[in-house]
Amino acid sequence: MKKNMSLQTSRRTLLQAGLAGLGVAAAAPAQTANGQPADDYITPAMRTPGRPFTAYGMPASYEAGVKRIVTPPGISPGTGVSRTPLEMLEGIITPSGLHYERHHNGVPDIDPAAHRLAIHGLVKTPLEFSMDALMRYPRISRMHFMECGGNSGANSGPTPSQQTAGGIHGLLSCSEWTGVALGPLLDEAGVMPTGTWLLAESGDAAGLSRSVPLAEAHAQGILALFQNGERLRPEQGYPVRLLMPGWEGNLNIKWLHRLKVTTGPMMTKDETSKYTQLQADGRARQFNFLMPVKSVITRPSGGMTMQGAGYYEISGVAWSGHGAIAKVEVSRDSGATWVAAEMPGPVLPKCLTRFRLPWDWDGKTTVLMSRATDDAGNVQPVRSVWIAQFKPGQGYQNNSIQSWQVGADNSVKNTYV
Amino acid sequence: MSRFALIAFFCVAASPAFAADVPHFGAPADPARVKAWDISIAPDGAGLPPGKGSVAEGAQVYAAKCQSCHGPNGEGKPADRLTGGIGSLTSAQPVKTVASYWPYATTLFDYIRRAMPVTAPRSLTDAETYSLVAYILSVDGIVKKNAVLDAKSLPKIKMPNRDGFIDMFNKTAPR
Repeated sequence: MKKNMSLQTSRRTLLQAGLAGLGVAAAAPAQTANGQPADDYITPAMRTPGRPFTAYGMPASYEAGVKRIVTPPGISPGTGVSRTPLEMLEGIITPSGLHYERHHNGVPDIDPAAHRLAIHGLVKTPLEFSMDALMRYPRISRMHFMECGGNSGANSGPTPSQQTAGGIHGLLSCSEWTGVALGPLLDEAGVMPTGTWLLAESGDAAGLSRSVPLAEAHAQGILALFQNGERLRPEQGYPVRLLMPGWEGNLNIKWLHRLKVTTGPMMTKDETSKYTQLQADGRARQFNFLMPVKSVITRPSGGMTMQGAGYYEISGVAWSGHGAIAKVEVSRDSGATWVAAEMPGPVLPKCLTRFRLPWDWDGKTTVLMSRATDDAGNVQPVRSVWIAQFKPGQGYQNNSIQSWQVGADNSVKNTYV
Repeated sequence: MSRFALIAFFCVAASPAFAADVPHFGAPADPARVKAWDISIAPDGAGLPPGKGSVAEGAQVYAAKCQSCHGPNGEGKPADRLTGGIGSLTSAQPVKTVASYWPYATTLFDYIRRAMPVTAPRSLTDAETYSLVAYILSVDGIVKKNAVLDAKSLPKIKMPNRDGFIDMFNKTAPR
């Protein structure tokens, strides 16, 4: 009762103060040349009819800084990567225009009317599918992350790379993919009993090809045609890509034009010389398909400026190629203690999961970390444990815990603990 | 549950491969298309085309079409290093090259033919491709300086790191 009284009192006080303020404004309004008050809190947007409709909407002009981090190209203009600016985004879905890119010889311009997908090799009836034919099959929609096998490779370096969350971990995106289940199409061609692997090949200037175990391709493979409701972007494989949910990005062949059923892996360039992990003993891990459990705090994160002590929401994303995220623990004290973050949902298998945790920062230098656990029981390792498994500089499938040092000077930096 | 729904349930459960449920829209593949597209080479050499190429021929093709990116003798820069590094994988500073790391010579033929040179992929003849494999592997003595490679001899090459890989899929697959 007393609380209500004081609330009313304060409301009355505020009202009086407000009226007084209005009185001042009414007493001496500044005039412009056309008789309009100079500052009457009526904005140009309120006085001027807005612009007309657009056929395809774009972000506000003020958001022009939200863009992919395009790395200077490698050996040719279309060889290299661009990264998703994770720290600028919210929720779990990556806008299609900000999905990361990894191309081996540019983005092809493919006319869907002329494109064909062939299924051949150890099948009873070699088949080809026009895009019109693929579009007639029953469709499925799934929300899944896509992550390059080389994501976070910067943290394999000897010293912490001072980049943003996207600069280090941005070969990671998440979309709602819609397409056709691969299994029934393989059945339609009639896989012979000797067929145990599947070669998937792109129809671009790199002819990128990867071998996929047939049983898994049959059970999990999706021929993705749509991304976030619209047809695939050219950068994501228009008009059709292979989607193996949770498997390393390289294997999700874009611009898919050929599937060949084989008796074994073809040992392609990208599954031997690349996307293999050289262990400390000099032997290399091959066919390590599933992306491991991982998380990263995106806010606050590298390159941001804190605003002094006080309330912050720690937020980030977690994901695993093995399934759904079971929990994300956050340390706000350099790893001394860990607290379970909230996962407001959705929490979906092989999909980015958003986590949040309130933080009352005392303004002193500390280190923030996040540690994800998936529902298969896999736990994200600390960097020193991950690094010890491999030779120096091995960047593939680095899922070690990211540490951000928040400084008393309000800086946020990548650090190794 | 109504009797009709029950019957419908059992029909679906008993025969998931109902004709109406599994449409077929694939067309018989154009054999010419499959022949033109099927450029992948298996590690046993299946798929290697007719033709042959020598180390000497390969050195000429390399100088003309590869050296500007891969450096003299495959030393690399700006593009990947192709030669050297044999025996370095167990050292503190492993050097991954075609010679030191790649497990199969067939992969080299497959990759060069489909993707190189980066400015004009699919432009090399099969003979040029054989010769380039021969030349690149000759730099480290994996093949002799007078070697001529073809569909028979190329798959017989044992690369230095052939046994250097651990098959994580077969190791972890539930089978």
